[in-house]
Order: sequence, then C-alpha cells, then structure tokens
Amino acid sequence: MALIKKKLIVKNKQGLHARPAALFVQIANKFDSRITVSRGEEEVNGKSIMGILMLGAEKGSSIFIEADGADAQAAIEELTKIITSKEDL
Amino acid sequence: MIKLKGIAAAAGISIGIAHKVGKEELVVSRKDITEAEIPLEIQFFEEALIKTRREIIELQKRIGFEMGKDEAQIFDAHLLVLEDRMLIEEVISRLKQDRLNVAFIFQEVLKKYVSIFEKIEDEYLKERISDINDVGKRVLRNLLGKEKKILSDLREKVVIVAHDLSPSDTAAMHKNRVAGFVTDAGGKTSHTAIMAKSLEIPAVVGVVNATTVINTGDMLIVDGTLGVIIVNPDQRTLDSYHTEEEKLKGAAERFFSVKDLPAVTLDGIKVEINANIEFPDEVPAVKLHGGEGIGLYRTEFFYMNRKDSPTEDEHYRAYKYVAEEMNPYPVIVRTLDLGGDKFSSQFQIPHEMQPFLGWRAIRFCLARPEIFKLQLRAILRASAHGNLKLMYPMISGVEEFRQANKLLDEAKEELRAKKMPFDEDIQVGAMIEVPSAAMTADILAQEADFFSIGSNDLIQYSLAVDRANEKVAYLYEPSHPAILRLIKNVIDSAHKADINVGMCGEMAGEPSLALILLGLGLDEFSMPPQVIPELKYLVRSITLNQVKEIAEGALRLSTGKEVAEYAQKKLREILK
Repeated sequence: MALIKKKLIVKNKQGLHARPAALFVQIANKFDSRITVSRGEEEVNGKSIMGILMLGAEKGSSIFIEADGADAQAAIEELTKIITSKEDL
Repeated sequence: MIKLKGIAAAAGISIGIAHKVGKEELVVSRKDITEAEIPLEIQFFEEALIKTRREIIELQKRIGFEMGKDEAQIFDAHLLVLEDRMLIEEVISRLKQDRLNVAFIFQEVLKKYVSIFEKIEDEYLKERISDINDVGKRVLRNLLGKEKKILSDLREKVVIVAHDLSPSDTAAMHKNRVAGFVTDAGGKTSHTAIMAKSLEIPAVVGVVNATTVINTGDMLIVDGTLGVIIVNPDQRTLDSYHTEEEKLKGAAERFFSVKDLPAVTLDGIKVEINANIEFPDEVPAVKLHGGEGIGLYRTEFFYMNRKDSPTEDEHYRAYKYVAEEMNPYPVIVRTLDLGGDKFSSQFQIPHEMQPFLGWRAIRFCLARPEIFKLQLRAILRASAHGNLKLMYPMISGVEEFRQANKLLDEAKEELRAKKMPFDEDIQVGAMIEVPSAAMTADILAQEADFFSIGSNDLIQYSLAVDRANEKVAYLYEPSHPAILRLIKNVIDSAHKADINVGMCGEMAGEPSLALILLGLGLDEFSMPPQVIPELKYLVRSITLNQVKEIAEGALRLSTGKEVAEYAQKKLREILK
C-alpha cells in the first residue's frame, strides 16, 4: 500500500473543466486507489465529476492530488499527464 | 374550434391527435426507515441506478443512429453524472445516518448539488445543471417504480403537447411516431425548436396556454410555417388543411427528386444554391440536400461558451476539413461576427446601449488585430486545401474593407516568411448588410471580389426595426420597397464592375422572395440545407425573362405587404 501526494499546476488551457475534467474522472476510476483532489480548503473525490467540477480549477491554479492504494504510483502518473497537458484533450 | 398563436419554430403542416406530456410530478414522500431496512433501500438505489444506466445507453444508441453522434454526446455527460461516486457515496452515507427512504435522500442530495452549481458563475456548469436534473428525474422515477410514459413507446402518430421539453424528452421520441410539437415555453432557438427542425417535424413553440387549452385526444392542426395551432378544427378547416398537407408532402417529394440536379433555369442560366453552416459536422447535411457550396460559414462558435481562446490550429483544422469535404465547390468563410447578439465569454466587450450599432464584427476585429490575424492566417492556410473564399461582415464603407485587407496582406506575409502554402489568389468579399455599404456598392465593387448580402441585418438597419422586439417586429418586412431598391442597387453596381453577388440571409431561402431576387439578377443564394431542394426546384421551373418581369412588377408596388402578396401569387402560379 502506498500513499502518494503531489502538488501540480493546472497547465491545460481549459482548466480542469469540460473535456479534461471528464477524462480525469474516467481515468481515475480505472484505478483501485482512493483518489482525492484538493485546492485550498476544498477537498473532493477524484473519481467524481461533480467533485472535480466544483473545484473550479482553472489554468494556472495549483492543486494537490493524492492517491492511496496499491496502484497509487501509476494513478498519479496518468493523472499528472492530464493536468499538465497543454494539448487539446 | 379554437385557434392558438405561437412562434413558428419548424416549418410544415401536420394533423394529429394531441398527446399531452404533463410537467412530470414526481412526488417524493419522506419516510422513516428502520436499521434493518437500510440494506433493502441500498438495493433499491442500486437497481434504480442500473436501470437508469440501461435506459440512457439505449437512448444514446438510438439517437446516435437517428441524429448523429453529436446529439448523442449529451448522454455521455448524463452517464458521468449517474455514475458519480461522490453523489452515490453521499446518498448511502446519509441513508445510514438519517434513516430515511432513499428516494427522499437522493432528491435532497441532488438539490444540494444543483444549488451549489447554480451559485458558480460559469456557463459550462450552468449547462450541466440541466444534465443533473435530467438524470436525477430518471433515477427518481425508477426509484419510485414509476414507469415513464415513454414517448418512444407511442404506437400511433401524435402531436406532442408540453409545457417545455428537455433534450432527453425530445430525443426519446421516435421520429416516425411524432407528427408535431407544441410547447407553452420556448423561442425560435429553444432546444425543442432546434431538434424539431433537424428532425423536420412541424413545431410551434411559445404558445403560452397550450397545455391549459389542449387535452390529450384533441384533434390538432399544427401549422409550423405560420406558427398557428387549431384545436378541434371544424370539417371545412380540416379538409382544407388536409389538402394543404397532402400538397406539401407531394411538393417535398417533388423538390427532393431534383436535389442533385444542377440549379439551372429553363433557359440555361446557372444559379448557385449554397448552404449556411456553423459547424463542420453540418457538411453531410449540405451534401444530402444537394448543396453545391457553402455560402456562409459562420465562425463565432470558436469563441462561444468557453473561457480560453481557440488556437490558430484549431481554426485551421475546422476550415481545412470543410474545404476538403466540399472541394471543388466553394466555401465562403465569414470572419468573426461577434457583438450584437453574439457574445463571447472571453472578450471584455463592454455593455452597450445599442449593441447592434456598437463595437461588433469587423469593427471589433480591426481593433483587435491579433485575434483577427490569427483567424486570417488559419483561413489562408486552409485555402491550400480547397476552394475557400473569405468575407468580412458589417463593412460600412470602403475604408474598413481596405483596413481589413491590409491586415490580410500582413497575415499573408507572415505565412510566406514561414513558407506555409496558401491560395495566393483567394477571393475576398464584403458582406453588404449596412445601408451605407449598400448605397456605396459601386465604390466597394471596385475593390471587392464579390458581395454577399446579409439580408437580416440589412433589413433591420434600413427599416430601423429590432425584430426581437415584439412590439415592432411587424415592421420587419423583407419585401419592403426600400429593401428591394437597396438590393437592386447592390446587384446592378456589382454587375457593372463584373463581380458576383450572393445573399446569405433568411430572405434568400424564402421561395416567393427568391423569385424577385432571381429577377434582380442575384447570382448566389445561401440558406439552411433543408431549404435547398425547394429552391433548386424553383430555379429549374422558371426562365430569366419570367422572373425579370416578376421583379419589375414588384418594384412598381408601394408597400411591403403588396409585394409579399404579389410574390406569393406568382409563386403559386409557377408551382401549381
């Protein structure tokens, strides 16, 4: 079991919104680890589209993602890609 | 017999039995449960979720098949909401904590999310609220064990009467079981109107008291062309509409049969019949209806409903796709026409007293050259892949046209420096929609490669009528003698300078007025794809001399009403 927490800056120009948010949730749900995303005081379940949308993380905002479970390492790696991708997703 | 008036949302006539779709009342009562009942409630919840999921997937499949994948994508968002972990976990944890029936708790949790999202200032989230409500209703219905009166189960053809219809309501209806739509709410651009138009089913919206006056089982005539509903018509009215309906049906078949033939008059004059589009996905519809080009490709959507700015590549990819798909036919791309009634969320366009007379379209673009040139470069790059032309909206005189061309030259120079290919001879046109441009068309014609008359704005500016204002909307008359004279001046000036004139406003797709326009010498007509077959049929039924006479006759009349009646009469004679 591993617990990994990582600070990231949202690079995607759409922010964690719309398509990127949907993709984030879809990928998070592929992992068994518990995934939490936080921004400031707000902390939400990373497998929830409602949660991610409520964060309202725009481009340039800094967020923490935390994964807790056997596949935490892989989960963090995949999710980092989405958050830091500058390409259209 | 009662006659109701509404907004004509999708043209055509249909006669059928009313089927009222009530504003669904899902009454959820609050019930205490014992600890022993908790697992059972959780089981109910899970079953409802699974059932809802199945319903959504089935619906999505059918819509994808009937209307294309874009319409079906609405339901991807619905599935994400349905499967949302936070939502599900919150329902289950509150169920255990509060010991209340799951339907009640689910409704409460849903309300909470909706109220949170409503407070966030964000266009995208606002749209998601309707998804959440839509999905929530489905789940609740399943939880309450209520079968939705599934509209897709309708056996016979009916006219759907409702207060308002949600996207999933409209989408759930089988095209061949619905004869028409009538709603209390909505306007020309409401969801119901757009869906009905794409399904080619007559619809009248904004009828205000439709659901109070009409009962299920009433005989209804839906006249989606005039925006009229007749409830329980008398035999005479019914007969006359039946004849009309048959005639329309026969006519539609007649029109469709010539859609792939060239638009040539009986005496051999070729006219261009093109389509107006906003999205690249509309290209298949253009081809299906026999369009031989795109006369107006609107580009504002790149800037609507989003926070960031589109990249040059994003523009380029869309233009390239349309250019390639339509090749060798022409595609006229209109540069950004923001402002007026089309606002973007990204630019700080200040609130204006009279937005239609304000900082919009080419005025905005000339003031923001970085945005304008980005688009121009993308259009130029795409011009290497097909027959692209470009035109500037809202040109009020030749100076603006020159300024825009100067920026176009800069954009060309930038591409040459980067060795990027483009069509060096790309044609550049001016939209004629401001009266000053129409009056000075002879000057503009010396420098523009073509004209395209934007009749909607030209009419509203010339007649000083805001047609969204219902108190004065009656003054909005495309057939007004002033409009005919302005158009004549534009066409004559263009032809003297040997350039072509098109029209991309609604007037071009209005068959009776198109007769006059043909007679005035308009070279190109651009309209919604669905109207193309009818216009082609019309062109193929006339001779140049015949329409010239009609145009001359129209120019001698003194009021818009006289012109409209005259044109209708001539049209009937030709199509009889």
